Amino acid sequence: MPEPVQLTTFGVTELEAQHALDRVKVRDVEYADLYFESRTSESVSMEEGIVKRAAKSVSQGVGVRATAGEKTGFAYSDELTKRDLEIAADTARYIANSPKGNSSVPVPTQRRPTRDLYPIERAKAEVATAERVALLNEIDAEARRYDPRIKNVMASFNTEYKVVVVATSDGTLVSDIQPLSRLQITCIAEDQDNRQVGSFGGGGRVAFTYYREDNRHLSYAREAAREAILNLSAVDAPAGVMPVVLAGGWPGILLHEAIGHGLEADFNRKKTSAFSSLIGKRVASDVCTIVDDGTLPFRRGSLNMDDEGTPTGCTTLIEKGILRGYITDKLNARLMGIPLTGNGRRENYQSVVLPRMTNTFMLAGESDPQDIIRSVKKGLYAVSFGGGQVDITNGKFVFSASEAYLIEDGQITKPVKGATLIGNGPEILTKVSMVGHDLKLDNGIGTCGKDGQSVPVGVGLPTIKVDEITVGGTQR
Amino acid sequence: MLEKMTIPTSPNGYAQLAADVLARAKACGATEADIVVADGETFSVQVRVGSVDRLTKAREKRLGLRVFIGKRSATTSTSDFSRASLDRLVADTCTLAGAVVEDTVSGLPDAAQMASEQPDLDLYDETVLDTDTQIDWAKRGEAAAFATDSRVTNSEGAEFDSSSGRVVLANSHGFMGAYKSSNFSLSVSPIAVDSATGAMQRDAWYQVQRKFARLASAESIGQEAARRAIRRLGARKVATKRVPVVFDQETAGSLLANLCSAVSGYGLYKRASFLLDQLGQTIASDLMTIYDDGRMVGGFGSRPFDGEGLATRKNTIVERGVLKSYLLDTYSGKKLGLPSTGNASRSVGESPSVGPTNFYLVPGVKSQQEIIGSIQEGLFVTELIGFGINMVTGDYSRGACGFWIENGELAYPVEEITIAGNLKQMLKDIDVVGSDLVFRGRIASPTVKICEMMVAGN
Repeated sequence: MPEPVQLTTFGVTELEAQHALDRVKVRDVEYADLYFESRTSESVSMEEGIVKRAAKSVSQGVGVRATAGEKTGFAYSDELTKRDLEIAADTARYIANSPKGNSSVPVPTQRRPTRDLYPIERAKAEVATAERVALLNEIDAEARRYDPRIKNVMASFNTEYKVVVVATSDGTLVSDIQPLSRLQITCIAEDQDNRQVGSFGGGGRVAFTYYREDNRHLSYAREAAREAILNLSAVDAPAGVMPVVLAGGWPGILLHEAIGHGLEADFNRKKTSAFSSLIGKRVASDVCTIVDDGTLPFRRGSLNMDDEGTPTGCTTLIEKGILRGYITDKLNARLMGIPLTGNGRRENYQSVVLPRMTNTFMLAGESDPQDIIRSVKKGLYAVSFGGGQVDITNGKFVFSASEAYLIEDGQITKPVKGATLIGNGPEILTKVSMVGHDLKLDNGIGTCGKDGQSVPVGVGLPTIKVDEITVGGTQR
Repeated sequence: MLEKMTIPTSPNGYAQLAADVLARAKACGATEADIVVADGETFSVQVRVGSVDRLTKAREKRLGLRVFIGKRSATTSTSDFSRASLDRLVADTCTLAGAVVEDTVSGLPDAAQMASEQPDLDLYDETVLDTDTQIDWAKRGEAAAFATDSRVTNSEGAEFDSSSGRVVLANSHGFMGAYKSSNFSLSVSPIAVDSATGAMQRDAWYQVQRKFARLASAESIGQEAARRAIRRLGARKVATKRVPVVFDQETAGSLLANLCSAVSGYGLYKRASFLLDQLGQTIASDLMTIYDDGRMVGGFGSRPFDGEGLATRKNTIVERGVLKSYLLDTYSGKKLGLPSTGNASRSVGESPSVGPTNFYLVPGVKSQQEIIGSIQEGLFVTELIGFGINMVTGDYSRGACGFWIENGELAYPVEEITIAGNLKQMLKDIDVVGSDLVFRGRIASPTVKICEMMVAGN
């Protein structure tokens, strides 16, 4: 287990933190916390065969939060003096109706981390810039070697090293060190007037060595190049309702958009989600079981603890088609009287905590993926996607394919150009008729946006068949 | 009451700080360097169903440094302005620059090109609002939405934000520029319920102004938000077919934003735009004339100098459908053999990129109602969702909602449909530009009509 990070790392004593919590937790405040964060981000990027850019950014600060009933008071500061903590505490507690009469806060005791899902020594996460440059150079060469029609390769390698300490009014003092990295490659292919793009990437809470294991970086380069070259021969996508087979892995973005956001507790407490009154009800066919699991080692969406200090867990969202539960943070779990699931997350010290997903995926079923494709007379086979979005309130969601094929008489035939798929969250999973035995998690590229905050997440899916969904192509 | 937080360092203090860091970078081996210092404070209040949901108050500061060692460059940033931290930053930046490859076109703009005057573009309002006033604005906005119609039964809330900040940019040519800006905004997001089916619809309306006194009443925003949510009730899917499509101001603005990215220098020299090699060519309908004006007084994208310290100006981007200018900074301009257009945009910790200032489509003469009135059957789009735009090919496929047009009238609301086409063709297929241009952000468009697109539904 890693050694706990001391508050003194931030130039703050435990007594000062205690004092600030005491100052925030006035009578009507039910809960308060301090979130100390230090983050170092580095990136190198290449284009036109040259690693041109290198950047590094360092930020440090504290977020102070008080909740009273449904209300949240929040302040943050990039200065960590005693005086700055006091000003932030006074701002946060303004939310409470009565700013007088302190109640006492239990003395926080530092809790030792109970597990380490990403045991990476800093030395292994931090390698010389020259090594990163070499990695990108090899990627460029590999992508161009794949096919002479690859005319440009854009690749970037980003790392983040985040140290957090959370002190709460319920007596918790806990820390975590959260490494994160990602390699992303985009290739432009040109064949006379036809230009196309392909991309691929991956990463997680992993050491730099991960990218070189079995020449993983080169396989990413070939994948990006392959998608760009494939799209040179893509035909226009069809328009209208049809069966769609989703490949395993990243197409799990379907779950994230169609049901994941709709099951975040804040929307359900406010009754603004299309899923608000559906607990215990059927929202999917009985071959669908879906979980949110923040405990998978080295995964991009995983965390030892959430940003309120709660250990993450594995929450069953849908069990054999029946809606079982929501994902929660402390505020919403308390107000709704439902279990705390360890999903309270924030982008940084400048953001408030919201219930957010970690790694969201569907468990494997029993169908053979080949049988799933063979069962479709005319439809779409979607292998890779760009982004997605959902309107929580009416449940309508979209996600956009970047690599897809026509299925004709049970056979995968021509590649088609990207198209947006649109559906209704509470309905779409009732149309899942087959689930493959080939569960795959994505490669570690997902970033989820909510309320202007971005957090790293994962998704996963076995091959599945959706009997009908609207495909937004251009051809009848 | 909350006290007004003040930032202790004066602008002159930042000038001194910037000069010190530049001097240290030079001592560390930098041949050229520039520095951005930004600070600001923000206040935000969110109200939901009549009571305060969240109050946020903060101040921030950040410093970004870019150094060149010959033709190698690197960029860094920090929020810690202590001497030790800045010494480390300078050393790190120089080490990083030494690790990348030489890039022959990199470098600061020529010294002679730096902005020589810095006009006051009226971007700052010193009004300081107390907490209760801001809470009151948000409460009145939301209450007006509830009062508009009994079908508004819930709310995602109303938010009032005020922020002000300052940017200082300095470089090793001796350029030093600074300006202040502020923003005041109110948004209201009501939820309406169809009592027959229980189905919910959310919509929102907002306003943003650089000057507090220019805000329209909170009530007018709440009422418009409610009207927009209610009119979506009963939305249905339509059959898949090709029809004319009218984009309201907000969604037409998103098309303009797609065009803006396609003519931005970085996408062009990387060959990642669908508008390569089109300068002087017809890329859009002859009804389209587009300007990017960095000097518009009080504009949301106005600034006296760009992210490299060059003077901003008014550029003609498209004139009667012909592409007249790209949007460029020094680097992307050199890659394309063209001078900068004064469009360098700069986030503190990053090297410059290209961004619009006030990028707008010149209005035509027809009102939105006249445009809709001219259509037998078609789609009026009020919201687009998703990311189905391929900037390399122009392929376009997005989720949409809005209204079905029958015999020149909005017949019923529609949802769970997509619209698809290719931006190259869509820009040429714009056959009406409306008269209703309103600036609500850096990119603004009147209503536009595209003669035909594929709408996918049932």
